[in-house]
Amino acid sequence: MQEVTTKKKEFTPNIVAFCCNWCSYAGADLAGSSRLSYPANVKIIRVPCSCRVNPTFVLKAFQQGADGVILCGCHPGDCHYVTGNYYTRRRMALLFNFLNYMGIEKERTRVEWVSAAEGQRFSAVMNDFVKTITELGENKRLTDLRVKEGE
Amino acid sequence: MKDVELKMLERAKQLLESGEVARVIGWKKGEFYFDPAPASFETVEELGDFVYNGFCGANLSKYLIQASKKEGKTAIFLKPCDSYSFNQLVKEHRIVRENIHVIAIECQGKLDIEKIKAQGISAVTEVEEEGESVTVSSLYGETKLNKAEILLGKCASCKGKTHQVKDEEIILHEMPAPINNRFDEVAKLEAMTEDERFAFWREQLQKCIRCNACRNVCPACSCVKCVFDNPASGIEAKANDDKFEEQLFHIIRAFHVAGRCTDCGECSRVCPQNIPLHLLNRKFIKDIDGLYGEFQAGETDNGKTPLTSYTESDVEPNNALGGEAK
Repeated sequence: MQEVTTKKKEFTPNIVAFCCNWCSYAGADLAGSSRLSYPANVKIIRVPCSCRVNPTFVLKAFQQGADGVILCGCHPGDCHYVTGNYYTRRRMALLFNFLNYMGIEKERTRVEWVSAAEGQRFSAVMNDFVKTITELGENKRLTDLRVKEGE
Repeated sequence: MKDVELKMLERAKQLLESGEVARVIGWKKGEFYFDPAPASFETVEELGDFVYNGFCGANLSKYLIQASKKEGKTAIFLKPCDSYSFNQLVKEHRIVRENIHVIAIECQGKLDIEKIKAQGISAVTEVEEEGESVTVSSLYGETKLNKAEILLGKCASCKGKTHQVKDEEIILHEMPAPINNRFDEVAKLEAMTEDERFAFWREQLQKCIRCNACRNVCPACSCVKCVFDNPASGIEAKANDDKFEEQLFHIIRAFHVAGRCTDCGECSRVCPQNIPLHLLNRKFIKDIDGLYGEFQAGETDNGKTPLTSYTESDVEPNNALGGEAK
């Protein structure tokens, strides 16, 4: 008879990072070319502006198995489209508060401003976020159980 | 209430007979005394079914999206809280203001038939309101009830008795003062732990049958094409999984009306599963008030909403919790 192993897999979080094309994505690029490391479980999605991120994107990321979602954009005042990140700021403040109201841990969601010159900061932010999520554990509250099947 | 109804009927007849308006939107008799339904009356004969009583809680503003684009003017009866929705729809260019004649009517707070039935009274035939007390007549006799106990959920936290818009008014009695407690329940939830909140919403939302009644009745939910009707959205209907679908549905629905929701309370009123949906919308209203300054959607028919404006000193999302800056 075959032995059933119930070895617990070590938890490695799945992180989705929405990075704006003009600042944070370039910041990530700089982190790379400066040979700074950040965890490989951060999946970067490039968006034209942080304001492009529809709240549904964040929810969809969680649905598809993300354990944490982080939004990176230009510092307020530096938006390539002048005001985009100001709208992001309000929108995400409300959305993240609301998710918390529904019982989703506040730490799972984050907004950080990273400029194109801040490769160091990008790496630090990602390391810190992955650490937070690893401590927090798996996202079980806002996920579609069907995507976890077969794992 | 009877005198108000007669006055309204008289005025509706006048308007239709003179040809001033092509249709009147009001309520018509249902099968029972307690289930009047919104209706559009186009002839004086049709007005035979006209009714206005304690069960006319429905917000009529949304019907104007269709009606105001038809030929001829439309007269509509609006209660004070409905007038906020009206303004919001004008602001969003969903209705044509020039084609509408608004008749502001009095509202003494509307009644919830479910709460009356819960008191053990069935087969209600008539309800007489007198200040704080209500006399409910049924096939089995009369009962006196305390009005505060049988008010609709939305009327139990009434936000105002002033019409935000009107062309004329039919107000015969003084209206009771608004009750200012609408954030109490939200604050109670906020005081809970994350686990308790999650358990609370889980229990409430798993009752959802995705009938879309909350979406269809909401005056703010008026998109011609709705994301939930898109078969490719993955959230078109409820999946055979009680964990995720309705959570996403309700988060998206609440976010779509954030900053535009006037808190008319229709979503909770029509929910066949009695989910307290207004608590989702009120969280957004409370947060907006706390973070970006007091804002009541529908107070005016122009200007920007909180989510379409900003200030340079807005709070950072990571520091905003519970509607107050940390």
